[in-house]
Amino acid sequence: MSANIPGDVKHAKTHEWVRVRDTVATVGISDHAQHELSDVVFVELPVVGRQLQAGAACAVVESVKTASDIYSPVSGEVTAVNPQLVQHPELVNRDPYGAGWFFQVRLSQPSELDALLAPADYSRQIGA
Amino acid sequence: MLKRTSLFAAHQKLGARLVDFGGWEMPLQYSSILEEHHAVRTAAGLFDISHMGQIVVRGGGAPEFLNRVLTNDIRKLQSRQGQYTLMCNERGGAIDDLYVYQVEAEEFLLVVNASRISADAAWLNQQLAAFPGRSTVDLKNLSSDFGALALQGPKTAQFIDACFSSSSSSQSLAATLRKNEIARREFLARPVFVSRTGYTGEDGFEMVAPAEITPALWAKVLEAGAPFGLKPAGLGARDTLRTEVCYPLYGHELDEDTTPLEAGLGAFVALAKGDFMGRSVLADQKARGTAKKLVAFKSAEKSAPPRPHYPIWSAGPDGRPIGRVTSGTQSPSLGIGIGMGYVPPEMSAANSAIAIEIRGKHAPATIVPKPLYRKS
Repeated sequence: MSANIPGDVKHAKTHEWVRVRDTVATVGISDHAQHELSDVVFVELPVVGRQLQAGAACAVVESVKTASDIYSPVSGEVTAVNPQLVQHPELVNRDPYGAGWFFQVRLSQPSELDALLAPADYSRQIGA
Repeated sequence: MLKRTSLFAAHQKLGARLVDFGGWEMPLQYSSILEEHHAVRTAAGLFDISHMGQIVVRGGGAPEFLNRVLTNDIRKLQSRQGQYTLMCNERGGAIDDLYVYQVEAEEFLLVVNASRISADAAWLNQQLAAFPGRSTVDLKNLSSDFGALALQGPKTAQFIDACFSSSSSSQSLAATLRKNEIARREFLARPVFVSRTGYTGEDGFEMVAPAEITPALWAKVLEAGAPFGLKPAGLGARDTLRTEVCYPLYGHELDEDTTPLEAGLGAFVALAKGDFMGRSVLADQKARGTAKKLVAFKSAEKSAPPRPHYPIWSAGPDGRPIGRVTSGTQSPSLGIGIGMGYVPPEMSAANSAIAIEIRGKHAPATIVPKPLYRKS
Protein backbone atom coordinates (compact mmCIF):
# COMPACT_ATOMS: atom_id res chain seq x y z
CA MET A 1 0.00 0.00 0.00
CA SER A 2 1.07 3.59 -0.50
CA ALA A 3 1.53 4.96 3.04
CA ASN A 4 0.84 8.52 4.02
CA ILE A 5 4.20 10.14 4.98
CA PRO A 6 4.13 13.80 6.04
CA GLY A 7 6.97 16.03 4.91
CA ASP A 8 7.88 17.37 8.36
CA VAL A 9 8.87 14.13 10.10
CA LYS A 10 11.91 11.90 10.18
CA HIS A 11 11.69 8.16 10.74
CA ALA A 12 13.75 5.51 12.46
CA LYS A 13 14.25 2.25 10.57
CA THR A 14 12.03 0.68 13.24
CA HIS A 15 9.06 2.79 12.05
CA GLU A 16 8.89 5.42 14.80
CA TRP A 17 8.63 9.03 13.60
CA VAL A 18 9.78 12.26 15.21
CA ARG A 19 8.61 15.83 14.52
CA VAL A 20 10.75 18.61 16.02
CA ARG A 21 9.67 22.11 17.11
CA ASP A 22 12.59 23.97 18.76
CA THR A 23 14.11 21.36 21.08
CA VAL A 24 10.90 19.45 21.72
CA ALA A 25 10.40 16.31 19.71
CA THR A 26 7.04 14.55 19.34
CA VAL A 27 7.24 10.81 18.70
CA GLY A 28 4.76 8.33 17.27
CA ILE A 29 4.59 5.35 14.91
CA SER A 30 4.18 5.49 11.16
CA ASP A 31 1.08 4.77 9.10
CA HIS A 32 2.90 1.71 7.76
CA ALA A 33 3.47 0.47 11.32
CA GLN A 34 -0.12 1.00 12.46
CA HIS A 35 -1.38 -0.83 9.39
CA GLU A 36 0.91 -3.79 10.14
CA LEU A 37 -0.27 -3.89 13.76
CA SER A 38 -3.94 -3.48 12.90
CA ASP A 39 -6.28 -2.84 15.85
CA VAL A 40 -4.29 -1.10 18.62
CA VAL A 41 -5.94 -1.79 21.97
CA PHE A 42 -3.39 -0.44 24.45
CA VAL A 43 -0.26 1.71 24.55
CA GLU A 44 2.16 1.55 27.48
CA LEU A 45 3.96 4.90 27.59
CA PRO A 46 7.12 5.99 29.46
CA VAL A 47 6.63 8.14 32.56
CA VAL A 48 7.22 11.88 32.34
CA GLY A 49 10.74 12.63 33.52
CA ARG A 50 12.29 9.39 32.25
CA GLN A 51 15.59 9.69 30.37
CA LEU A 52 15.45 7.96 27.01
CA GLN A 53 18.30 6.68 24.85
CA ALA A 54 18.04 6.68 21.08
CA GLY A 55 17.43 3.12 19.88
CA ALA A 56 16.37 1.76 23.28
CA ALA A 57 12.92 0.25 23.91
CA CYS A 58 10.79 2.81 25.73
CA ALA A 59 7.13 1.93 25.14
CA VAL A 60 4.89 -0.97 24.13
CA VAL A 61 2.00 -0.94 21.69
CA GLU A 62 -0.47 -3.80 21.94
CA SER A 63 -2.77 -4.94 19.15
CA VAL A 64 -5.41 -7.63 19.60
CA LYS A 65 -2.89 -10.33 18.74
CA THR A 66 0.56 -9.01 19.68
CA ALA A 67 2.64 -6.70 21.86
CA SER A 68 5.37 -4.72 20.06
CA ASP A 69 8.25 -2.72 21.51
CA ILE A 70 8.64 0.92 20.52
CA TYR A 71 12.21 2.27 20.33
CA SER A 72 12.89 5.93 21.00
CA PRO A 73 14.36 7.53 17.86
CA VAL A 74 16.04 10.24 19.99
CA SER A 75 17.71 10.75 23.39
CA GLY A 76 16.34 13.10 26.03
CA GLU A 77 13.87 13.57 28.87
CA VAL A 78 10.18 12.70 28.45
CA THR A 79 8.21 15.93 28.93
CA ALA A 80 4.70 14.79 28.04
CA VAL A 81 2.71 11.69 27.08
CA ASN A 82 -0.50 11.63 25.04
CA PRO A 83 -3.38 11.53 27.56
CA GLN A 84 -5.88 10.52 24.84
CA LEU A 85 -4.29 7.13 24.25
CA VAL A 86 -5.56 5.60 27.50
CA GLN A 87 -9.22 5.89 26.51
CA HIS A 88 -8.70 5.95 22.75
CA PRO A 89 -5.84 3.68 21.67
CA GLU A 90 -7.53 3.48 18.24
CA LEU A 91 -6.19 6.99 17.53
CA VAL A 92 -2.90 5.29 16.70
CA ASN A 93 -4.63 3.56 13.79
CA ARG A 94 -6.82 6.48 12.78
CA ASP A 95 -4.33 9.36 12.92
CA PRO A 96 -0.81 7.95 13.44
CA TYR A 97 1.02 11.19 12.56
CA GLY A 98 -1.38 13.48 14.44
CA ALA A 99 -3.74 12.72 17.31
CA GLY A 100 -2.13 9.26 17.76
CA TRP A 101 1.22 10.71 18.99
CA PHE A 102 2.88 8.81 21.87
CA PHE A 103 5.17 11.15 23.84
CA GLN A 104 7.34 14.29 23.70
CA VAL A 105 11.05 14.50 24.47
CA ARG A 106 13.36 17.42 25.23
CA LEU A 107 16.26 16.55 22.92
CA SER A 108 19.60 16.09 24.63
CA GLN A 109 21.48 15.37 21.38
CA PRO A 110 19.79 17.08 18.42
CA SER A 111 22.49 15.79 16.05
CA GLU A 112 20.89 12.34 16.32
CA LEU A 113 18.24 13.63 13.91
CA ASP A 114 20.80 13.52 11.10
CA ALA A 115 20.94 9.74 11.33
CA LEU A 116 17.18 9.37 10.90
CA LEU A 117 15.43 8.79 7.56
CA ALA A 118 14.02 11.64 5.50
CA PRO A 119 10.50 10.99 4.12
CA ALA A 120 11.75 9.81 0.72
CA ASP A 121 14.22 7.39 2.32
CA TYR A 122 11.60 5.94 4.68
CA SER A 123 9.19 5.65 1.79
CA ARG A 124 11.83 3.64 -0.08
CA GLN A 125 12.43 1.41 2.95
CA ILE A 126 8.78 0.42 3.21
CA GLY A 127 8.47 0.03 -0.53
CA ALA A 128 5.80 2.69 -0.85
CA MET B 1 4.13 -26.68 3.66
CA LEU B 2 0.96 -25.33 5.27
CA LYS B 3 -2.40 -26.94 4.48
CA ARG B 4 -5.05 -24.87 2.72
CA THR B 5 -8.81 -25.20 2.64
CA SER B 6 -10.74 -25.08 -0.64
CA LEU B 7 -11.45 -21.42 0.18
CA PHE B 8 -7.82 -20.28 0.03
CA ALA B 9 -8.25 -18.44 -3.25
CA ALA B 10 -11.34 -16.70 -1.88
CA HIS B 11 -9.39 -15.50 1.16
CA GLN B 12 -6.60 -14.13 -1.01
CA LYS B 13 -9.10 -12.36 -3.25
CA LEU B 14 -10.65 -10.70 -0.18
CA GLY B 15 -7.21 -9.49 0.90
CA ALA B 16 -7.09 -11.63 4.04
CA ARG B 17 -4.06 -11.49 6.32
CA LEU B 18 -3.06 -15.18 6.46
CA VAL B 19 -1.40 -16.92 9.41
CA ASP B 20 -0.28 -20.41 10.39
CA PHE B 21 -3.01 -21.95 12.55
CA GLY B 22 -1.96 -25.42 13.64
CA GLY B 23 -0.43 -26.19 10.24
CA TRP B 24 -3.20 -24.52 8.21
CA GLU B 25 -2.81 -21.25 6.30
CA MET B 26 -5.91 -19.46 7.53
CA PRO B 27 -7.28 -15.91 7.53
CA LEU B 28 -6.54 -14.05 10.78
CA GLN B 29 -8.56 -11.08 9.57
CA TYR B 30 -9.88 -9.52 6.35
CA SER B 31 -10.30 -5.89 7.46
CA SER B 32 -9.83 -5.65 11.21
CA ILE B 33 -10.40 -8.07 14.09
CA LEU B 34 -12.44 -5.45 15.96
CA GLU B 35 -14.63 -4.70 12.92
CA GLU B 36 -15.25 -8.37 12.22
CA HIS B 37 -16.03 -9.01 15.89
CA HIS B 38 -18.56 -6.15 15.94
CA ALA B 39 -20.11 -7.38 12.69
CA VAL B 40 -20.84 -10.76 14.31
CA ARG B 41 -22.30 -9.14 17.43
CA THR B 42 -24.52 -6.68 15.54
CA ALA B 43 -25.22 -8.19 12.12
CA ALA B 44 -23.42 -11.25 10.73
CA GLY B 45 -20.00 -12.74 10.07
CA LEU B 46 -18.93 -15.71 7.91
CA PHE B 47 -16.01 -17.91 8.95
CA ASP B 48 -14.18 -20.58 6.97
CA ILE B 49 -13.99 -23.55 9.37
CA SER B 50 -13.07 -26.09 6.69
CA HIS B 51 -9.94 -27.04 8.61
CA MET B 52 -12.15 -28.70 11.24
CA GLY B 53 -12.67 -32.45 11.05
CA GLN B 54 -15.66 -34.65 10.31
CA ILE B 55 -15.81 -38.29 11.44
CA VAL B 56 -18.87 -40.39 10.58
CA VAL B 57 -19.79 -43.37 12.76
CA ARG B 58 -22.50 -45.75 11.45
CA GLY B 59 -24.12 -49.03 12.35
CA GLY B 60 -26.21 -50.79 14.98
CA GLY B 61 -23.37 -50.63 17.49
CA ALA B 62 -22.66 -46.93 16.89
CA PRO B 63 -24.77 -45.49 19.74
CA GLU B 64 -23.29 -47.84 22.32
CA PHE B 65 -19.74 -47.37 21.05
CA LEU B 66 -20.02 -43.59 21.06
CA ASN B 67 -21.59 -43.53 24.50
CA ARG B 68 -18.57 -45.43 25.77
CA VAL B 69 -16.01 -42.98 24.38
CA LEU B 70 -17.86 -39.68 24.83
CA THR B 71 -18.80 -38.02 28.13
CA ASN B 72 -22.29 -36.71 27.31
CA ASP B 73 -25.27 -39.08 26.98
CA ILE B 74 -25.92 -39.82 23.34
CA ARG B 75 -29.25 -41.44 24.20
CA LYS B 76 -30.59 -37.95 24.90
CA LEU B 77 -30.33 -37.12 21.21
CA GLN B 78 -33.43 -37.09 19.07
CA SER B 79 -33.09 -37.64 15.38
CA ARG B 80 -31.41 -34.69 13.68
CA GLN B 81 -30.13 -33.31 16.97
CA GLY B 82 -26.60 -32.66 18.24
CA GLN B 83 -24.87 -32.17 21.55
CA TYR B 84 -21.61 -30.72 22.82
CA THR B 85 -19.48 -33.45 24.33
CA LEU B 86 -15.93 -34.46 25.19
CA MET B 87 -13.73 -37.47 24.57
CA CYS B 88 -11.48 -38.41 27.49
CA ASN B 89 -8.55 -40.72 28.11
CA GLU B 90 -8.27 -43.18 31.03
CA ARG B 91 -7.16 -40.35 33.33
CA GLY B 92 -10.25 -38.30 32.49
CA GLY B 93 -8.05 -35.91 30.51
CA ALA B 94 -9.63 -34.34 27.43
CA ILE B 95 -8.57 -35.75 24.09
CA ASP B 96 -10.92 -33.31 22.36
CA ASP B 97 -14.13 -31.36 22.75
CA LEU B 98 -16.58 -31.72 19.89
CA TYR B 99 -20.14 -31.81 18.65
CA VAL B 100 -21.89 -35.11 17.87
CA TYR B 101 -25.03 -35.07 15.71
CA GLN B 102 -27.48 -37.91 15.19
CA VAL B 103 -28.05 -37.64 11.48
CA GLU B 104 -30.03 -40.90 11.19
CA ALA B 105 -30.95 -43.58 13.76
CA GLU B 106 -27.60 -45.33 13.29
CA GLU B 107 -25.50 -42.56 11.74
CA PHE B 108 -23.58 -39.98 13.73
CA LEU B 109 -21.53 -37.03 12.54
CA LEU B 110 -18.70 -35.90 14.82
CA VAL B 111 -17.34 -32.39 14.20
CA VAL B 112 -13.91 -32.13 15.81
CA ASN B 113 -11.13 -29.57 16.27
CA ALA B 114 -8.71 -29.15 13.37
CA SER B 115 -5.68 -29.61 15.62
CA ARG B 116 -7.02 -32.94 16.94
CA ILE B 117 -8.24 -34.73 13.79
CA SER B 118 -5.38 -37.24 13.74
CA ALA B 119 -5.40 -37.77 17.51
CA ASP B 120 -9.19 -38.27 17.50
CA ALA B 121 -9.20 -40.71 14.58
CA ALA B 122 -6.34 -42.72 16.10
CA TRP B 123 -8.03 -42.85 19.50
CA LEU B 124 -11.43 -43.80 18.10
CA ASN B 125 -9.96 -46.55 15.94
CA GLN B 126 -7.99 -47.85 18.90
CA GLN B 127 -11.11 -47.89 21.10
CA LEU B 128 -13.15 -49.48 18.32
CA ALA B 129 -10.66 -52.31 17.96
CA ALA B 130 -11.31 -53.20 21.59
CA PHE B 131 -15.10 -52.75 21.41
CA PRO B 132 -16.94 -56.10 21.53
CA GLY B 133 -19.56 -54.96 19.02
CA ARG B 134 -16.99 -53.62 16.57
CA SER B 135 -18.34 -55.62 13.65
CA THR B 136 -21.52 -53.55 13.86
CA VAL B 137 -19.71 -50.20 13.75
CA ASP B 138 -18.28 -48.45 10.71
CA LEU B 139 -16.05 -45.43 11.35
CA LYS B 140 -14.74 -43.11 8.66
CA ASN B 141 -12.59 -40.00 8.94
CA LEU B 142 -14.01 -37.85 6.14
CA SER B 143 -12.28 -34.62 7.13
CA SER B 144 -10.47 -34.13 3.83
CA ASP B 145 -13.70 -34.61 1.86
CA PHE B 146 -15.56 -31.79 3.57
CA GLY B 147 -15.39 -28.05 3.88
CA ALA B 148 -17.35 -26.11 6.47
CA LEU B 149 -18.62 -22.58 7.10
CA ALA B 150 -19.79 -20.87 10.29
CA LEU B 151 -22.37 -18.12 9.76
CA GLN B 152 -22.88 -16.23 13.01
CA GLY B 153 -24.82 -13.16 14.12
CA PRO B 154 -28.28 -11.84 15.04
CA LYS B 155 -29.26 -11.22 11.41
CA THR B 156 -28.30 -14.63 10.00
CA ALA B 157 -31.82 -16.02 10.33
CA GLN B 158 -32.98 -13.32 7.93
CA PHE B 159 -31.02 -14.68 4.97
CA ILE B 160 -30.02 -18.30 5.68
CA ASP B 161 -32.95 -19.63 3.64
CA ALA B 162 -31.96 -17.51 0.65
CA CYS B 163 -28.75 -19.58 0.51
CA PHE B 164 -30.70 -22.79 -0.16
CA SER B 165 -33.57 -21.51 -2.23
CA SER B 166 -33.43 -24.31 -4.77
CA SER B 167 -35.17 -26.89 -2.58
CA SER B 168 -38.78 -25.74 -2.92
CA SER B 169 -40.17 -28.41 -0.64
CA SER B 170 -37.84 -27.73 2.26
CA GLN B 171 -38.99 -26.00 5.36
CA SER B 172 -37.48 -22.71 6.41
CA LEU B 173 -34.27 -23.26 8.37
CA ALA B 174 -34.74 -19.98 10.17
CA ALA B 175 -38.25 -20.91 11.31
CA THR B 176 -37.90 -24.63 12.02
CA LEU B 177 -34.26 -25.46 12.84
CA ARG B 178 -33.92 -25.11 16.58
CA LYS B 179 -30.75 -24.76 18.58
CA ASN B 180 -28.51 -27.86 18.23
CA GLU B 181 -30.65 -29.33 15.46
CA ILE B 182 -29.21 -30.39 12.12
CA ALA B 183 -30.91 -30.56 8.73
CA ARG B 184 -29.90 -31.75 5.27
CA ARG B 185 -30.19 -29.35 2.38
CA GLU B 186 -28.88 -29.41 -1.18
CA PHE B 187 -26.52 -27.01 -2.90
CA LEU B 188 -25.48 -27.55 -6.51
CA ALA B 189 -27.16 -30.97 -6.22
CA ARG B 190 -24.83 -32.03 -3.37
CA PRO B 191 -25.85 -32.62 0.25
CA VAL B 192 -25.06 -29.96 2.86
CA PHE B 193 -25.59 -30.40 6.61
CA VAL B 194 -26.83 -27.23 8.33
CA SER B 195 -26.85 -27.06 12.13
CA ARG B 196 -28.03 -24.30 14.44
CA THR B 197 -24.88 -24.13 16.50
CA GLY B 198 -21.91 -21.87 16.87
CA TYR B 199 -18.86 -20.78 18.78
CA THR B 200 -19.62 -17.08 19.26
CA GLY B 201 -22.61 -16.80 21.60
CA GLU B 202 -24.79 -15.45 18.77
CA ASP B 203 -27.55 -17.13 16.77
CA GLY B 204 -26.10 -18.82 13.73
CA PHE B 205 -25.67 -21.78 11.45
CA GLU B 206 -22.78 -24.09 10.68
CA MET B 207 -22.67 -25.77 7.29
CA VAL B 208 -20.74 -28.92 6.38
CA ALA B 209 -20.47 -29.40 2.61
CA PRO B 210 -18.34 -31.34 0.12
CA ALA B 211 -15.04 -29.48 -0.28
CA GLU B 212 -15.57 -28.99 -4.03
CA ILE B 213 -18.73 -26.92 -3.59
CA THR B 214 -17.68 -25.00 -0.47
CA PRO B 215 -16.29 -22.04 -2.47
CA ALA B 216 -19.58 -21.66 -4.33
CA LEU B 217 -21.52 -21.91 -1.07
CA TRP B 218 -19.22 -19.29 0.52
CA ALA B 219 -19.90 -16.92 -2.38
CA LYS B 220 -23.63 -17.54 -2.21
CA VAL B 221 -23.79 -16.84 1.54
CA LEU B 222 -21.74 -13.64 1.16
CA GLU B 223 -24.11 -12.50 -1.59
CA ALA B 224 -27.26 -13.34 0.37
CA GLY B 225 -25.94 -11.65 3.50
CA ALA B 226 -24.49 -8.49 1.97
CA PRO B 227 -27.71 -6.44 2.32
CA PHE B 228 -27.75 -7.36 6.03
CA GLY B 229 -24.18 -6.28 6.72
CA LEU B 230 -22.56 -9.74 6.49
CA LYS B 231 -18.76 -9.57 6.60
CA PRO B 232 -16.20 -12.33 6.14
CA ALA B 233 -14.55 -12.90 9.55
CA GLY B 234 -11.25 -14.51 10.46
CA LEU B 235 -9.72 -16.49 13.31
CA GLY B 236 -8.80 -13.34 15.24
CA ALA B 237 -12.45 -12.39 15.68
CA ARG B 238 -13.38 -16.04 16.28
CA ASP B 239 -11.04 -16.01 19.26
CA THR B 240 -12.25 -12.73 20.77
CA LEU B 241 -15.89 -13.79 20.32
CA ARG B 242 -15.53 -17.20 21.98
CA THR B 243 -13.38 -15.79 24.81
CA GLU B 244 -16.10 -13.25 25.64
CA VAL B 245 -18.62 -16.09 26.13
CA CYS B 246 -16.05 -18.30 27.87
CA TYR B 247 -16.11 -21.17 25.39
CA PRO B 248 -13.01 -23.35 25.78
CA LEU B 249 -10.40 -23.72 23.06
CA TYR B 250 -8.59 -27.05 22.97
CA GLY B 251 -4.93 -26.53 23.71
CA HIS B 252 -5.79 -23.64 26.05
CA GLU B 253 -8.58 -24.50 28.53
CA LEU B 254 -8.50 -28.20 27.61
CA ASP B 255 -5.68 -30.67 27.06
CA GLU B 256 -4.91 -34.30 27.82
CA ASP B 257 -3.98 -33.44 31.39
CA THR B 258 -7.12 -31.42 32.13
CA THR B 259 -10.53 -32.91 32.83
CA PRO B 260 -13.92 -31.52 31.79
CA LEU B 261 -14.75 -31.01 35.48
CA GLU B 262 -11.68 -28.85 36.03
CA ALA B 263 -12.79 -26.84 32.99
CA GLY B 264 -16.26 -26.32 34.44
CA LEU B 265 -17.94 -28.55 31.84
CA GLY B 266 -19.69 -30.92 34.25
CA ALA B 267 -23.01 -30.29 32.50
CA PHE B 268 -21.64 -32.31 29.56
CA VAL B 269 -20.40 -35.24 31.64
CA ALA B 270 -23.19 -37.78 32.20
CA LEU B 271 -21.77 -39.82 35.06
CA ALA B 272 -25.10 -41.64 35.52
CA LYS B 273 -25.32 -43.02 31.99
CA GLY B 274 -23.10 -46.02 32.62
CA ASP B 275 -19.42 -46.67 32.11
CA PHE B 276 -17.38 -44.61 29.68
CA MET B 277 -13.69 -43.88 29.23
CA GLY B 278 -12.45 -41.72 32.09
CA ARG B 279 -15.60 -42.13 34.17
CA SER B 280 -13.93 -43.38 37.34
CA VAL B 281 -11.56 -40.41 37.55
CA LEU B 282 -14.38 -37.96 36.81
CA ALA B 283 -16.68 -39.54 39.40
CA ASP B 284 -13.86 -39.25 41.94
CA GLN B 285 -13.33 -35.58 41.05
CA LYS B 286 -17.04 -34.92 41.35
CA ALA B 287 -17.08 -36.44 44.83
CA ARG B 288 -13.79 -35.08 46.20
CA GLY B 289 -13.15 -31.95 44.18
CA THR B 290 -10.52 -31.03 41.62
CA ALA B 291 -6.97 -29.73 42.05
CA LYS B 292 -7.59 -26.74 39.79
CA LYS B 293 -10.60 -24.77 38.59
CA LEU B 294 -11.16 -22.68 35.49
CA VAL B 295 -12.22 -19.12 36.26
CA ALA B 296 -13.10 -16.10 34.16
CA PHE B 297 -11.75 -12.67 35.06
CA LYS B 298 -11.98 -9.02 34.04
CA SER B 299 -9.26 -6.41 34.32
CA ALA B 300 -10.08 -3.90 37.04
CA GLU B 301 -8.66 -0.93 35.10
CA LYS B 302 -7.38 -0.06 31.63
CA SER B 303 -4.22 -2.08 31.14
CA ALA B 304 -2.37 -4.11 28.58
CA PRO B 305 -4.54 -7.09 27.65
CA PRO B 306 -4.12 -10.37 29.55
CA ARG B 307 -2.69 -13.04 27.26
CA PRO B 308 -2.26 -16.84 27.40
CA HIS B 309 0.48 -18.06 29.75
CA TYR B 310 0.66 -14.82 31.79
CA PRO B 311 0.92 -15.73 35.52
CA ILE B 312 -2.07 -15.13 37.77
CA TRP B 313 -1.27 -13.86 41.28
CA SER B 314 -3.39 -13.63 44.39
CA ALA B 315 -3.88 -9.98 45.35
CA GLY B 316 -2.33 -7.98 48.17
CA PRO B 317 1.10 -7.71 49.80
CA ASP B 318 1.24 -11.48 50.43
CA GLY B 319 0.40 -12.16 46.82
CA ARG B 320 1.88 -15.26 45.21
CA PRO B 321 1.54 -16.94 41.82
CA ILE B 322 -1.56 -19.16 41.84
CA GLY B 323 -2.09 -20.09 38.20
CA ARG B 324 -1.86 -19.06 34.57
CA VAL B 325 -4.01 -17.38 31.97
CA THR B 326 -5.24 -19.86 29.33
CA SER B 327 -7.06 -17.36 27.09
CA GLY B 328 -7.00 -13.60 27.25
CA THR B 329 -7.62 -10.54 25.14
CA GLN B 330 -8.95 -7.01 25.08
CA SER B 331 -12.72 -7.57 24.89
CA PRO B 332 -14.04 -5.65 21.88
CA SER B 333 -17.57 -5.70 23.31
CA LEU B 334 -16.64 -4.70 26.87
CA GLY B 335 -13.63 -2.46 26.19
CA ILE B 336 -11.61 -4.04 28.99
CA GLY B 337 -9.14 -6.90 29.38
CA ILE B 338 -10.73 -10.32 29.92
CA GLY B 339 -9.61 -13.88 30.17
CA MET B 340 -9.81 -17.34 31.64
CA GLY B 341 -7.29 -19.30 33.64
CA TYR B 342 -6.76 -22.04 36.19
CA VAL B 343 -6.44 -21.34 39.93
CA PRO B 344 -6.77 -23.57 43.02
CA PRO B 345 -10.49 -24.19 43.78
CA GLU B 346 -10.23 -22.46 47.16
CA MET B 347 -9.18 -19.24 45.39
CA SER B 348 -11.83 -19.36 42.66
CA ALA B 349 -14.79 -17.55 44.25
CA ALA B 350 -16.47 -14.83 42.19
CA ASN B 351 -15.43 -11.28 43.19
CA SER B 352 -12.00 -12.48 44.37
CA ALA B 353 -9.30 -9.94 43.62
CA ILE B 354 -6.36 -11.28 41.60
CA ALA B 355 -3.55 -9.78 39.58
CA ILE B 356 -2.30 -10.65 36.12
CA GLU B 357 1.45 -10.37 35.69
CA ILE B 358 2.07 -8.42 32.50
CA ARG B 359 5.69 -7.61 31.67
CA GLY B 360 6.70 -7.76 35.31
CA LYS B 361 3.87 -5.54 36.59
CA HIS B 362 0.76 -6.71 38.39
CA ALA B 363 -2.44 -5.57 36.69
CA PRO B 364 -5.41 -5.89 39.08
CA ALA B 365 -8.32 -8.06 37.96
CA THR B 366 -11.43 -9.65 39.44
CA ILE B 367 -12.75 -13.19 39.12
CA VAL B 368 -16.29 -13.03 37.71
CA PRO B 369 -18.97 -15.62 36.86
CA LYS B 370 -19.09 -16.94 33.31
CA PRO B 371 -19.92 -15.80 30.72
CA LEU B 372 -17.95 -12.55 30.60
CA TYR B 373 -20.27 -11.16 27.94
CA ARG B 374 -24.00 -11.66 27.82
CA LYS B 375 -26.48 -10.23 25.34
CA SER B 376 -28.73 -7.73 27.08
